Amino acid sequence: MKAHLTRRYMFSASHRLHSDEMPEEQNRAVYGKCNNPFGHGHNYVVEITVSGPVDERTGMVCNLVDLDGFVHQRVLERYDHQNLNVIQEFTKQVPTTENLCIAIYEIVQRGFRKAHLERVRIEETMMNSFEYLGEM
Amino acid sequence: MVYLTRKAEFSASHYYHNPEFTADENARIFGKCNNPNGHGHNYTLEVTVKGAVDPKSGFVVDLKQLKDTMNKEVLDSLDHRFLNKEVPEFFTRIPTTENIAIAIWQRLAPKLKTAQLHRVRVYETPDLFVDFYGEA
Repeated sequence: MKAHLTRRYMFSASHRLHSDEMPEEQNRAVYGKCNNPFGHGHNYVVEITVSGPVDERTGMVCNLVDLDGFVHQRVLERYDHQNLNVIQEFTKQVPTTENLCIAIYEIVQRGFRKAHLERVRIEETMMNSFEYLGEM
Repeated sequence: MVYLTRKAEFSASHYYHNPEFTADENARIFGKCNNPNGHGHNYTLEVTVKGAVDPKSGFVVDLKQLKDTMNKEVLDSLDHRFLNKEVPEFFTRIPTTENIAIAIWQRLAPKLKTAQLHRVRVYETPDLFVDFYGEA
């Protein structure tokens, strides 16, 4: 039987929303406080949902040790206590939480083989959350 | 179609062990969860039902009935129990969060009369939960 398993992780990072394709004034108008040149930070909560048949021998969709190990090594190590703007994927793309969702989805989708990735959901603050389910 | 979710909490102990595995395999696969004396969690259960809104009552389902069914079919048997030793489903199946969600679905689905069961979500901890939608 197929079940969905969701694990929540946390990391803290800074970013600045700014697009080189827009003049300064437009950046300020579009991004407001998020355009502050010195950046600002968030405690991001990342929810990774994977799915698959429940293995009859283990009772599991996938072993949490494998999922935790992958996410710690490939996602949290990459983003925790970093400035997102200087990380390769955000040198040409604005590090909005939308783009962060897509970037994390692609890391897990490409590298994690033990279960099917369903969804990446990120809470930027308690008030904002974003979800990416892959290209529909 | 409207979806309605009711939450409940139960506290129970469990351990993970497959008698078909060797002691080493059990220890490797299940780690700390293999301790035969068991350990416990405060589980949060979310039951989501769906249905048309009854034009007379304005309800998808009578919440009192749903609450009573959840108490009678699930919480009375699982709350403050050692799942492996006291709940028949887990005499042969490992009481992982996946299997707990499936067992709760199987207990509730045949007992719900007016609304249809949509999802059973079980939180083992605030950062780990499983969703079961009744999929084969």
